[in-house]
Amino acid sequence: MSEIQNEVDVVIVGSGPAGYTAAIYAARAQLKPVMYEGSITAGGALMNTTEVENFPGFPEGVMGPDLMDSMRKQAEKFGTKLITDDIVEMKLAGELKVLTDGSGNTVHAKAVILATGSAYKEIGLTNEKRLSGRGVSWCATCDGFFFRDKVVAIVGGGDSAMEEANFLTRFASKVVLIHRRDSLRASKIMADRAMANPKIEFLWNTEVIDVLGADQMTGLRLKSTVDGSESEQNFDGLFIAIGHVPRSELIIGQIDLDAEGYVQVQGRSSRTNLTGVFACGDLVDHTYRQAITAAGTGCEAALDAERFLSGH
Amino acid sequence: MSAAQAVTVANFEAEVLQSTTPVLVDFWAEWCGPCRAVGPIVDEIATEHAGKIKVVKLNTDEEAAIAMKYGIMSIPTLNVFVGGQVVKTIVGAKPKPALLKELAEYL
Repeated sequence: MSEIQNEVDVVIVGSGPAGYTAAIYAARAQLKPVMYEGSITAGGALMNTTEVENFPGFPEGVMGPDLMDSMRKQAEKFGTKLITDDIVEMKLAGELKVLTDGSGNTVHAKAVILATGSAYKEIGLTNEKRLSGRGVSWCATCDGFFFRDKVVAIVGGGDSAMEEANFLTRFASKVVLIHRRDSLRASKIMADRAMANPKIEFLWNTEVIDVLGADQMTGLRLKSTVDGSESEQNFDGLFIAIGHVPRSELIIGQIDLDAEGYVQVQGRSSRTNLTGVFACGDLVDHTYRQAITAAGTGCEAALDAERFLSGH
Repeated sequence: MSAAQAVTVANFEAEVLQSTTPVLVDFWAEWCGPCRAVGPIVDEIATEHAGKIKVVKLNTDEEAAIAMKYGIMSIPTLNVFVGGQVVKTIVGAKPKPALLKELAEYL
């Protein structure tokens, strides 16, 4: 257990479009940022996507992992120190913030930029957890391959659900999209694409209330949100894309969060209620949650941190 | 270069099922982001616990039959084999401290 670096100007916790953009700006401001990318979450949510079609500057689209790799290189080029580890503890009150990583090293920072993003939301069923890896999955790009010629369900109604449903049709013989309402919140282009795909069927006004199967998932118990009637249907797999929850578990009790766990920032800024602590990306955003908006708030956080440090 | 040997249908029996030490098999694929993230951690475990546990990697893309035999439907999956039997299954990429905790009795 050694001290990596005793005291630095700014530490960025988490990578992804927000974290890397903050790193690019902070590095160019000569703040020598130290970034903890996360040991298994480096690059963030886009690492598990395929083609990103709505990030400006890429008329042909860009693969999520490639986009993140480019951002990472750009951050590194200007002098960001990248550490592929997790921050496991943060003490954010006071003038010097103390952060501890997964290897037991501590770093002291005058400013901290939080960019920990979000985690997959679970439905919250006991059997969902039990059958995870046995038919239940949160990552279509990882696991779709194992469902060749199988019938799979996907639950969700946003862009991620549409993208994953389309992706799954490369392998599955049929993809049934289960949504608890009768309309989608996905963007029109993504929804239209899914509806036009002959392998995708829609099951509207329906909730998943149980995952069935002993050692391997065999089906789902479903409930109509209209009349409450219940039914069972056979499926080989269930992909869950019902959204995300902010990864704020390390800072609960230290920083003002809203009821859903998102960090509250002051007005049009990245400033939290703690001096010298800034937050950006999915961690603060219940509304937009796009790669480009995350990058935008990452930029704001770096500029806010720079301004704070120069007046320090 | 990975510290963990790649296993295929040709040597799975000898390297995994007949092994006298516990074997950690990392079921992975090139196109799986979380697999690429956990790969270096698995390599570290291979180096740091050499002699106690043998660590090997199985590419589920190239060795689909073995993956299917062991019911792999999500990757990364880390299976521990003792005496030819699966005694532990860890699904999904986890940070190193969490993996070490789950693998403690074999290290």
